[in-house]
Amino acid sequence: MLGFQVILNGLVLGCLYACIAAGFSLVWGVLNVINLMHGSFIVLGSYLAWGAYNTLGFGPWTTLLIAAPLFFTLGYAVQRGILNRVIAAPVLVTLTLTFGLDLMLNNAMLVAFKADYRRMILDPPLGTWSWGELVVPVDRVIAMLFALLLTLALYLILRRSRIGRAIVAVRLDREAARLMGVDVPSIYATAFGFGAAMAGCAGVLLAMIFPISPISSGTYLGKAFVVCVLGGLGSVPGAVVGGLFLGLVESLGALAFGPEHAVTLSFTLLIVFLIVRPHGLLGKRGFE
Amino acid sequence: MAMMRALPGSFRIALLLLVLLAALPFFGSAYGMRLGTIACMYAIMAVSWNVIGGFAGYPSFATAAFFGSGAYCGGILLGKGWPILAALGAAGLLAFVSALLFGIVLLRLRGHYFAIASLAVAEVLRELTNAAADLTGGGMGLNIPLAVKGSGSVLGEASFFFWAMWALLMTAFVSVRLIQTSKLGFGLACIKQNESAADMIGVNATLYKSLAFAFSGVFVAMAGVLYAAWVHYIEPGDVFDVLFAVKPIVMALLGGVGSPAGAVLGAFAFLGIEELVWRNYLQIHSGVLGFLVVVLLLFLPNGLMSMSQALRARFAGKAAG
Repeated sequence: MLGFQVILNGLVLGCLYACIAAGFSLVWGVLNVINLMHGSFIVLGSYLAWGAYNTLGFGPWTTLLIAAPLFFTLGYAVQRGILNRVIAAPVLVTLTLTFGLDLMLNNAMLVAFKADYRRMILDPPLGTWSWGELVVPVDRVIAMLFALLLTLALYLILRRSRIGRAIVAVRLDREAARLMGVDVPSIYATAFGFGAAMAGCAGVLLAMIFPISPISSGTYLGKAFVVCVLGGLGSVPGAVVGGLFLGLVESLGALAFGPEHAVTLSFTLLIVFLIVRPHGLLGKRGFE
Repeated sequence: MAMMRALPGSFRIALLLLVLLAALPFFGSAYGMRLGTIACMYAIMAVSWNVIGGFAGYPSFATAAFFGSGAYCGGILLGKGWPILAALGAAGLLAFVSALLFGIVLLRLRGHYFAIASLAVAEVLRELTNAAADLTGGGMGLNIPLAVKGSGSVLGEASFFFWAMWALLMTAFVSVRLIQTSKLGFGLACIKQNESAADMIGVNATLYKSLAFAFSGVFVAMAGVLYAAWVHYIEPGDVFDVLFAVKPIVMALLGGVGSPAGAVLGAFAFLGIEELVWRNYLQIHSGVLGFLVVVLLLFLPNGLMSMSQALRARFAGKAAG
């Protein structure tokens, strides 16, 4: 019975990981930029949910409607104004640039909100559901469902909408897309905007479950890295598969080796995957 | 003298600066000596990073892993009563051999993938250090006994560690310069430009890259030993800090990637800026540092050295016109 409970916990966690990683994977795949600000965007989203709940009384689901356009604009502006200037530069430059931007954003949050852990306490509490011996907190289930919905929405946008097709086209072959009349810089900015919006929304959902602090940004970023590499880069299904896989591995690993080895386990998995299967569980070869 | 003249100007300036720096303990206060020791440590990291990042073109974030493992290796051995020279040798050897072996596997990756893998190595090592509490003290950290007995005064110990770090920097600087002009350096330059082509013309790319990775680690690990002995207390979050992986890159970018002399000057410039920021903006120092990184990358992508060249070109153009 304990095994089932652990698997259930892993799946719930995995859906959230998928939501965290989907936007990160999109940016990495399309722009070939590793956005080290992703973790801080998530934390900023959590603060937004916390502030909106405590001052305006908005539930997290309402805040999602504000967070998505807000973070999209932020991401679009950052890409257009700053990142686009060095988009053709080597890996080292874009990576270090987003690191610098992350230092600024994270420091600003530390000054604004202090390093104290904050908690969004929903009133009335949502309680738990149980089937037999399986117990699961309702807030986690709701967060999981919203995470799945958001990921599905991103998938449909990329799959069905005109702008989404353009993003995928740029990812597959930038030159060909340009020849077909796609405005590549604007697509870059849009993709970055979607990435930031996913991060912000994920942050809103995570605020329902985890304590909020600027210090957590590194942990979230690490999860996004691992999920991307596990599932395969730049595809939404890859992020979902990678997220669920990581969630299960972490839960089962914590059961087998003890929770203190969860991080070691996931990063060891990352290195092994990078070496043995760098295109991930679902990814195709040749996309780098 | 003729040999000196054959060297590039920036190299001569850096060498002169380094030789002058050796006299610091005769003039400096305790604070100045502390700053000087850190300057040498930063320069070791930046110069070493250049071997893998600058010569071979692989964006390595493994500096933190080398530094942390060196510090812990040194700390544990010094705690067991080893003399400091033996601890230095052991940590250097360990870093060299493990980097050589890991390099064979890790360096199959390129670009972002290599960057992340090298970053993850430090994370794994930190967690392992945290978990192996019997050996490393875990999250409680590790106290390290006095490494030099009989030096007596505080200032005497400070100048001992300054000179030790300085000597290590000189060794690293000269070694890296030798690597640059050697067959290995030539092979690495080929790999940077086109690895498949380099392989084709008979450069053993795997061996060369792994050697570059090993050389980028050995001096950093030794600097870690000196750091641990110098500060007497280390903890995993402190020595495996991701900033130790990023700072050398920023320094190398400041000085211009691929130039050992530039790396030394970049490290000194970076420390100067960092110290000023620390002093004046304690609350927001990391934000200001981030701002400087962003400005540097956007406006001076080829480093400070490129600024002097650009100015010179402008003046020359004016004089001619």
